[in-house]
Amino acid sequence: MPQRGPSAAPAPGPADRARAASVRGIAEELARMRGPLLPILHAVVAAHGYVHDDDIPVIAEVLNLSRADVLGVVSFYHDFRRTPPAAHRVALCRAEACQARGADATYAAATDRWAGSTEIELGEVFCLGNCALGPAGTLDGALHARLTPERLDTLTAEWDR
Amino acid sequence: MTATVWVPCDAAAVSVGADDVAHALTAAGATVRRNGSRGMLWLEPLVEVETPTGRIGFANVTPEQVGALLSGELHDTGQDVGVVDEHPWLARQHRVSFARVGVIEPTDLGAYREHGGLAGLERALALAPTDVVREVTDSGLRGRGGAGFPAGVKWETVRTAEADVKFVCCNADEGDSGTFADRMLIEGDPFTLIEGMTIAAVAVGATEGFVYLRSEYPHAIRTLRRAVDIAYAHGVLGASVLGSGHRFDLEVRVGAGAYICGEETSMLDSLEGRRGEVRAKPPIPALQGLFGRPTLVNNVLTLAAVPTVLADGGEAYAALGTGRSRGTQVFQLGGNVARGGIVEADFGISLRELVDDFGGGTASGRPVKAVQVGGPLGAYLPPAQFDLPMDYEAFAAANAMVGHGGVVVFDESMDAGAMARFAMEFCAKESCGKCTPCRVGSTRGVEVIDRIRAGTHREANLVLLDDLCTTMTKGSLCAMGGLTPMPVRSALEHWPEDFGAPATASAVARDIPMSATSTDGGARP
Repeated sequence: MPQRGPSAAPAPGPADRARAASVRGIAEELARMRGPLLPILHAVVAAHGYVHDDDIPVIAEVLNLSRADVLGVVSFYHDFRRTPPAAHRVALCRAEACQARGADATYAAATDRWAGSTEIELGEVFCLGNCALGPAGTLDGALHARLTPERLDTLTAEWDR
Repeated sequence: MTATVWVPCDAAAVSVGADDVAHALTAAGATVRRNGSRGMLWLEPLVEVETPTGRIGFANVTPEQVGALLSGELHDTGQDVGVVDEHPWLARQHRVSFARVGVIEPTDLGAYREHGGLAGLERALALAPTDVVREVTDSGLRGRGGAGFPAGVKWETVRTAEADVKFVCCNADEGDSGTFADRMLIEGDPFTLIEGMTIAAVAVGATEGFVYLRSEYPHAIRTLRRAVDIAYAHGVLGASVLGSGHRFDLEVRVGAGAYICGEETSMLDSLEGRRGEVRAKPPIPALQGLFGRPTLVNNVLTLAAVPTVLADGGEAYAALGTGRSRGTQVFQLGGNVARGGIVEADFGISLRELVDDFGGGTASGRPVKAVQVGGPLGAYLPPAQFDLPMDYEAFAAANAMVGHGGVVVFDESMDAGAMARFAMEFCAKESCGKCTPCRVGSTRGVEVIDRIRAGTHREANLVLLDDLCTTMTKGSLCAMGGLTPMPVRSALEHWPEDFGAPATASAVARDIPMSATSTDGGARP
């Protein structure tokens, strides 16, 4: 955050004016909802892939909140990522029901395969509600079941091209 | 004549290829209808073909088999499960809240009505609010989210509270591992939830409602939003519910990946647009909830039971069950289980019936070592305790909890010590951080369990772990810190050997007590 304190001077102009205008538009459109901050942040992530540091003062101004309030919410929730997503995203469930079906082995294999990759991003998630058909995971957002290391290889084969 | 086939649109079915099967069937000229899942998840994709004798099910259908399915070649093969309604796994259940799930198209309001939907709401609109609440009280319905608090008491508190606006909030942040009934109900029969919430709103005098649905459930979000739109279009929601003059507006809000927001006060803060931090109680949400107004917060399955309670009367619902656990519970069999899915049954069914009879033991074929009942904060139970009846009080007396009815099965390869450590680790990762016992205690818990498993001052650290568990249980603001000790203690009690227990008495004697050492960050008994 560029500025701190309650009476900070206006934030310096964001580097990306088009993005700032878009974020402002999203925030203004949703501002009349009850408790609009989470819907606004979801909409920003949906439109731009992540929440940029420069988005925070824009949203704060529209909602008449402090930047600290907005940043506090952004940083609390896993969904409000603050960096651009990679080209492909893998999220594997590591909760109990999937552990009981071998999720640790799948996660370990995925870590070995994609550690350090800039194209494929590996994350963990705790429960996707597919607990009878684990190990569960999402590949670019789509839910999959019975993800053994081999099946994960098959499903993502064309990513590595 | 083209065949009419049903292919589930439930996320679990889709995760094993149901959409591909549906597309292949459409391409082959069949009339495809999409139902929710019957809950026999090991059979998914379970495709049902309409015949004069009923809907015949075919299990684990692949897109390549679509031709064979339509030409009848799959009849009498291992994939043919016969008339689905008569399948023994379903016929042995008592589907009340899940009566329509898997049977109808989820967003077909006409079919919903034909299958008994809206009867509860119509009756509620004809009654005085006090009588609606009395029906719920008489039914003995208790909170299905885990705590088991009597629903009628909560409803009456909100009903008698005075305020300019009151809210009904449905907690659909089903983050516990091993639970998927909320998701399956919303994806398979969303109008039941909408009807239950509308009845609740009429009873307590609320005009606005929110469903807080987790972002990990995109299919459920889509289905519920569509159902809400249809309910508005048909006057079930809006300015005059079914022409009664009662206003009720309902909105679906999406969580953002924080487990703690399944705790009701965190959920309320999150709905308000804040960090999902737990509130101290009192004040209770029934009096000062969302935006400080009286708010009825109930779980999906609590609200989904309400239409039946109103349609058939509270006494009929109370006639089911055992002890003070009335009605049915939607049990969820997950983890390493051969036949996983939804088992709705009256309270009182034993754990053994669920795990062995319905579940068929483990998927791996190895012996069952443990089940965890009630989510990540529930106890691990060994087969010796499988005769426990599903009853809130019986489980509490055994230092366990029924919770929301999730049952996760583990085979003998499970390491109970590792699972105990994971419970603490998960708590550390997902704690909202507001209270110290949860925020700090969970991190210390991981460290202490590591020392115990490594054999470092084992006896002293066991005492310390017990102390820590007591502090978390008694000192935490909410169930997350308060119940994390439950899986830890149960794992330690039943499988001490998984915590590096010394094999012989002499090994215990060699374990140097803390008092004999100086300072190395170890335990202080």
